[in-house]
Amino acid sequence: MSELNELSSTEIAQRVTDGQLAAADVVAAAFKRADAVIAGHEGLNIILHCDREMSRKAAEETATRIATAEPPGLLSGVPVVIKDNIATFGLPTTCGSRILDGYVSPYEATAITRMRAQGAIVIAKTNMDEFAMGSSTENSAYGPARNPHDPARVPGGSSGGSAACVAAGIAPVGFGSETGGSVRQPAAFCGVVGVKPTYGRVSRFGLVAFASSLDQIGVFGRTVNDAARGLESIAGVDPYDSTTSDAPVPEYALATTHLADRPPADKKRRKNPGTRELSPKDPMDLKGVVFGWPKEYFPDNLDRGIRSLCERARDRLISLGATFRDVSLPHTSLAIPVYYIVAPAEASSNLARFDGVRYGLRATSDFGLRGMYEDTRSEGFGPEVTRRILLGTYVLSAGYYDAYYRKAQMVRTLIAQDFNTVFNSGVHLLLTPTTPTTAFEIGAISDPYEMYLSDIFTATANLSGVPAMSLPIGRVNKLPVGGQIIAPHFGEEEMFRAAFALEQALGLEAHS
Amino acid sequence: MSHEKFEMVVGLEVHVQLKTRTKAFCGCSTDFGAQPNVNTCPVCLALPGALPVLNEQAVELATRAALGLGANLNSISIFARKNYFYPDLPKGYQISQFDYPLATGGWVTIGQFADGQPIRIGITRVHMEEDAGKSIHDRYTGASAIDLNRAGVPLIEIVSEPDIRTSEGAGSYLRTLRQILLYLGVSDVSMEEGSLRVDANVSARPYGETKLGTKTEVKNMNSFSAVEKALEFEFARQCEMLSRGEAVHQQTMLWDSARGEARPSRTKEGSHDYRYFPEPDLRPLILSAEWLQRMKDDLPELPEARRSRFAEEYKLGSYDIETLTVLPELADYFESAAREANDPKAAANWVLGEVMAGLNARGCAVDAFPVRPTDLAQLIRMIQSGHISHSAGKRVFAVMLETGKLPAQVAAEEGLLQVGDDDALVQWIDEVLAENPAEAARFAGGEKKLQGVLVGLVMKKSKGRADPKRVNQLLASRAGS
Amino acid sequence: MSVTLKDVQHIAELARLSIGEEEAAGLMGQLNDILSHMDALSAVNTEGVTPASGVGAGGTPLRPDSGRPVPLQNPISSFAPEFRDGFFLVPRLATHETAEGGA
Ligand SMILES: [Mg+2]
Ligand SMILES: [Zn+2]
Repeated sequence: MSELNELSSTEIAQRVTDGQLAAADVVAAAFKRADAVIAGHEGLNIILHCDREMSRKAAEETATRIATAEPPGLLSGVPVVIKDNIATFGLPTTCGSRILDGYVSPYEATAITRMRAQGAIVIAKTNMDEFAMGSSTENSAYGPARNPHDPARVPGGSSGGSAACVAAGIAPVGFGSETGGSVRQPAAFCGVVGVKPTYGRVSRFGLVAFASSLDQIGVFGRTVNDAARGLESIAGVDPYDSTTSDAPVPEYALATTHLADRPPADKKRRKNPGTRELSPKDPMDLKGVVFGWPKEYFPDNLDRGIRSLCERARDRLISLGATFRDVSLPHTSLAIPVYYIVAPAEASSNLARFDGVRYGLRATSDFGLRGMYEDTRSEGFGPEVTRRILLGTYVLSAGYYDAYYRKAQMVRTLIAQDFNTVFNSGVHLLLTPTTPTTAFEIGAISDPYEMYLSDIFTATANLSGVPAMSLPIGRVNKLPVGGQIIAPHFGEEEMFRAAFALEQALGLEAHS
Repeated sequence: MSHEKFEMVVGLEVHVQLKTRTKAFCGCSTDFGAQPNVNTCPVCLALPGALPVLNEQAVELATRAALGLGANLNSISIFARKNYFYPDLPKGYQISQFDYPLATGGWVTIGQFADGQPIRIGITRVHMEEDAGKSIHDRYTGASAIDLNRAGVPLIEIVSEPDIRTSEGAGSYLRTLRQILLYLGVSDVSMEEGSLRVDANVSARPYGETKLGTKTEVKNMNSFSAVEKALEFEFARQCEMLSRGEAVHQQTMLWDSARGEARPSRTKEGSHDYRYFPEPDLRPLILSAEWLQRMKDDLPELPEARRSRFAEEYKLGSYDIETLTVLPELADYFESAAREANDPKAAANWVLGEVMAGLNARGCAVDAFPVRPTDLAQLIRMIQSGHISHSAGKRVFAVMLETGKLPAQVAAEEGLLQVGDDDALVQWIDEVLAENPAEAARFAGGEKKLQGVLVGLVMKKSKGRADPKRVNQLLASRAGS
Repeated sequence: MSVTLKDVQHIAELARLSIGEEEAAGLMGQLNDILSHMDALSAVNTEGVTPASGVGAGGTPLRPDSGRPVPLQNPISSFAPEFRDGFFLVPRLATHETAEGGA
């Protein structure tokens, strides 16, 4: 690992802007690191597509843009990796599926356009569970991805490739997507920071839909500040996504910077529309911050190591001035059943467009149009996707809609009300474990439902739309453990500040 | 015939294409006749990751249509996905509305019962949805060709109650509905161009029965008269089955205009399960009370109201009113001519006669008609004031139609201005009497009934320019007693 | 409620997936196992609870009836499986069947 691989996004952006560092060198170092850890399919299998020449050119353009005195971007010269379900120009967007093998999107996701405008250099598209359906990145049509901490283990999923790239030092910032925990869970398994923003905070335009009412683009960072910077660069209302919010976007990157390190206020920066000015409060001061400790996330059978790391994190937060309160979110255990009705139902409809007519795979069939449809879809989709399409079709079909889909949406309301009740009772944030286990071995879980339970602590935030993030809080048997902070709708700034404070307080303990 | 024992029960589902510039959920043009798949984008091609954003104008036009049908607008309506596979349905679902449509209730009045009560066909609901693309089956061997230019064009679906009892009733309903929508300016409502499409739910039941019989759905009619024929055909088919004691199967029938018959579609009925659920990519459509009030206030005068106003204000006969109000533009034309000429009767006669003949001959739209209402009003005034005769007026009109010139100019150029000058008139009278000595003698001898003949001859000699009133007076003074 | 083999075949047909008999039996077992965990929901009292319909408050935003669509950087022919004279081509419908839905 070279010095360049260890730089944070803030350091890279600053040095590139000041002319002390060439973006092309940073990008070259990123590829060198990818080669060293063997990120391609013969090794960790975390990168699906990259184009070194294209990325080098993009890096050189960054230099030109800075020379022409454009205001510096949040991610100037920062190499970033992108989950392969976010539409990008120049690199394929396959969603880890055979059905989109070789598909290059003719338009680009809003989030990608925005991060590029902030100077980010897209260096790779990363491996993922097919159509984001999975919790291990084993369900990729391009083979399972591996965890850099232990290549025999999964990196988590479905955004396992992006999480692993950040963990392996290839890029300080990565992007994934969440539907039920697909950023936070791999972040926990790979020992990096992972953020699921409030539903509507980031445009979904160009994110290939899995379950539209749950999907959000999320961010990985080597540090809390990296993730905050990544989110700030893509957040905000989008006229192409009817479900985005026009709530102003706070300066997450500054919120996760020590007061002493903040640049002078008059320094011009490229800002997203509607940026909210930052409070000048010291992020290390958590006086007045009330944390909830929800008992449903600490069941009796929770792994002891994970529990004690959460307790250590709690103690650190208390030492910074925060207080803790025991709270209850009584419908938590229903999140997985609700999730596995709502998400497959929406998926069954979202994946109907993969029919071999306009793009992607088309199978040849002797049985006319009907045969073409069936062969294309059966050859194109892997077993987990097939299973979820069938499940989703079933719960929406005549006679079952009320018992399953409608009922699930009602219980979903109750799950959202749990959060509202707690957050309206004077609690500002929640602290929980991100996952019930650490990274498991590839092939260890074959029962679908057992795999679904990986999302037991994360799916609630997707179902209710609140933001949540995972950050490293230590290790159990050398494997990373994530602590989760959950905030009320659009409470990302407070969530980031607390996460930053905890990260700073834990220091090296976070990775030991 | 056995089907005299049975009553026809029909409900119609009418899809109407809204007149917007861009599609319902993307910025693509709705222009007709473009090269295939030119008016497409990531959204209407259903590329992975694309999302819908609702067109404001589509909401406005749909709302106006629903208000014009007297429907109740729901302040919250919800878009839903209707899931089915077809190659011209790019997303594999149609964005429509299901549980919570834009509007419910309303009616269309299609005539009167013998006792004067209006015959009203109830409207069940009006909802918004998007159109599918076009599949062309006869262009390539072994392949169907798909054009998605129309995919995503905004539609409203107007569902009627099963209140229609005859095929003519269905025709009246459709014509009335079409006229209302034309007045509202929400659509071109042309069945030929596909901006209005009709599916019919048909059943038969013995007279006196109140329960509905098993219905079939008849599709693929391409004109109002085809709808009427298809209903007759399908009704007769069902009556025969019922008379034989057979059960009617719920199925979709396709009308074949060429053969004049409806045949069952091959689509398997059992496979219809649209798995509707709320469209998660769109939040509910919320219409504020103030906005709705503004829409109501801005509603144009509808055909029924216009007809009664024409009867009251212009004292015209009901047949004339029907004709004048067929098209809102024609009614507007009539009204401005009538007001400017201050002579509704004359204006109505001109519009119903020369103007409509001219429109038909040219096949042009009212707005593009060369004789503008103000020109027609001038012409009427020239006749009223005796500057030209009525018959000369018709010639002036014909020239105006050809040249687009103003009536005064035409009359002057054509020498059609009426001559009231006694010297000229006397000369023509003298010539006529000289050329017709026998009649002249009899007239002079007291045969007064010859005066009409002689006036006619004078008019002819003057090429219609002589003022007939004055010619009469002058001739009368020469009549023998 | 439990999923039968016939149900599996029916939903596979609705979803346009071709599933062999053996595969169908396996899937039936898996679906029933997954759905057995969903039974917990039926015990929840949801009287008077509004089903969640998406997330977020307020009405759907409206777009002016103007402007341009998002452009395609590469033409349709670069990604379409079969494209001729500007048309997407698909195998001809076996029986000239109509759309199941119509508009
Ligand atoms: Mg419809
Ligand atoms: Zn479009």
